[in-house]
Amino acid sequence: MTDAIVQPTAGGILHDSTEGMSYLDTLPHRIVATWIPLSLILIVLLFPFYWMVLTAIKPDEQLIDMEHFNPFFVVGPTFKHIHKLLFETQYPHWLWNTTYVSVLATAVSLLASVLAAYAIVRLRYRGAQWVGGAIFLAYLVPPSILFIPLATVVQSYGLFDSPMALVLVYPTILIPFSTWLLMGYFKTIPFELEECALIDGASRWQILTKIILPLALPGLISAGIFSLTLCWNEFIYALTFITSVQNKTAPVAIVNEFVDGDIYRWGALMAGALVGSLPLVILYSFFVEYYVSALTGAVKE
Amino acid sequence: MSEAALVPGRQIAASRRTGWQRLVSHRDWQGFWFMLPAAAILILFLAYPLGLGVWLSFTDAKIGRPGEFVGLDNYDWLSDDTVFWMATFFTVGYTLFASTVKFIIGLYLALLLNKNLPFKALLRSIVLIPFVVPTVLSAIAFWWIFDSQFSIISWSLRHLHLIDRNINFLGDPWNARLCVIFANIWRGVPFIAITLLAGLQTVSPSLYEAATIDGASRWQNFRFITYPLLTPIIAVVMTFSVLFTFTDFQLIWAMTRGGPVNATHLMATLSYTRAIIGGNLGEGAAISTAMVPFLLAAIMVSWFGLQRRKWQQGSE
Repeated sequence: MTDAIVQPTAGGILHDSTEGMSYLDTLPHRIVATWIPLSLILIVLLFPFYWMVLTAIKPDEQLIDMEHFNPFFVVGPTFKHIHKLLFETQYPHWLWNTTYVSVLATAVSLLASVLAAYAIVRLRYRGAQWVGGAIFLAYLVPPSILFIPLATVVQSYGLFDSPMALVLVYPTILIPFSTWLLMGYFKTIPFELEECALIDGASRWQILTKIILPLALPGLISAGIFSLTLCWNEFIYALTFITSVQNKTAPVAIVNEFVDGDIYRWGALMAGALVGSLPLVILYSFFVEYYVSALTGAVKE
Repeated sequence: MSEAALVPGRQIAASRRTGWQRLVSHRDWQGFWFMLPAAAILILFLAYPLGLGVWLSFTDAKIGRPGEFVGLDNYDWLSDDTVFWMATFFTVGYTLFASTVKFIIGLYLALLLNKNLPFKALLRSIVLIPFVVPTVLSAIAFWWIFDSQFSIISWSLRHLHLIDRNINFLGDPWNARLCVIFANIWRGVPFIAITLLAGLQTVSPSLYEAATIDGASRWQNFRFITYPLLTPIIAVVMTFSVLFTFTDFQLIWAMTRGGPVNATHLMATLSYTRAIIGGNLGEGAAISTAMVPFLLAAIMVSWFGLQRRKWQQGSE
């Protein structure tokens, strides 16, 4: 809390960065009305992660003996759980499965979405508006009502228990979202650019690859990052379509393979959750702006 | 090419091209080729299964055995099934309660973040982390936080002398329900806060200045400026939030698997249990199909809410 009190005063005195009517807020009012509730919400939002990290590096005896050790801190942190996870289980393999499926599915969806979004926005073929609406509706169809019939479809195509099933099914979540996002980006590119290129004899394909895509690069990155996180996050399809242990994705494997009656399982479970989240958090921290624009862009339209 | 000369008028341009050229250069055909990959995937893996799901719900399909048409038997069976009704009521209650709280806290957080704060961008990135981390993994963390023996919450309350024995968070039906709702709210608030924040940032501060000069209170500022300008984005965000809450699966599956005694089954988890674990694809499909009317209702409400607001504001 001391940080929270110091920062606003320092900001207020050193340079005049007031916006709108914020100069009307007195310091005590700001602390009560802004900083206290904000800190409370942030603590609640972040506590599970603190707890996850703490449990992952705590020695077993401290985990279950809460009377002699204060559970909020760790004495003599250990990497035993993480070491065990990475070298004694198939965890690296599951992480690789997740990465492989996510990257392939994202690539497939981006390709399909770029073509579809371009066609809807710029080719304006007959019925393009209806197709745009249909794609938005497809966005609203949740996986929870599709997984049963999809299981029979995947079975009949002979893809059951194969990562390829996920690579083909994940785009149904990603394409509607990416297409919708890219349509917004393509609309902002001036039509005149394309007219010039058409007059100079460029084909539609050349226009798309040489003019539109370079200009819509931020949109592509946003769609790509968001798609990767959606794939990484996906659970119900991966749980239903993949049965053999070595083909599982990390989120499913943690829930199914690490849960036994062992009282000491928590260290390994939390280490698994931590290591499974880290790649996404790192990716996210590098591309925060793109991620946020993907999140808000898809809603704003 | 010689035929083309015989055709008079405006048809020349079209018929001068061969069939192949028309396939690659006519606008509608070009549109078709560009749409093909997306359409193929969406039709094969989205539209077709959607229809197939409805069909399966009228059959007695089991895993590994295509079913036969049995009419409304599955629905008939479900209508006498107390577990199904409990799951349906809990799903509706879970959605309404969690969405309302998420909306209130999310809007409040968005308003807080919209103030003139130092490290605004950093705060925004931190707030979004619960949304970025895979749901199952944070659900496992909650499972541990709500453990019956080693819960940190029980421990803290015991040491504050507020309770004298551990709370059985996930073992008691009502406690378990509240816990999964709490976890859902925790996961959903960042999404709502950040998207509403994006909406708030488009509201010009001069509106508030003008209103304040005219004597408007803080509440009036919110009620008559922020809220009306934010309504369209609220409608969209809440539609998504309601849809995703209603069809939630991962959180429940990782925390309770529907237990204790089916108390926390959502329709999605129940249909998974019946269809994939129990093997009754038809019955599971019927539960999934029973979710559709609720989803449609949610979409309709927000859609017409949005339309009415637009009409009131005089646009379109």
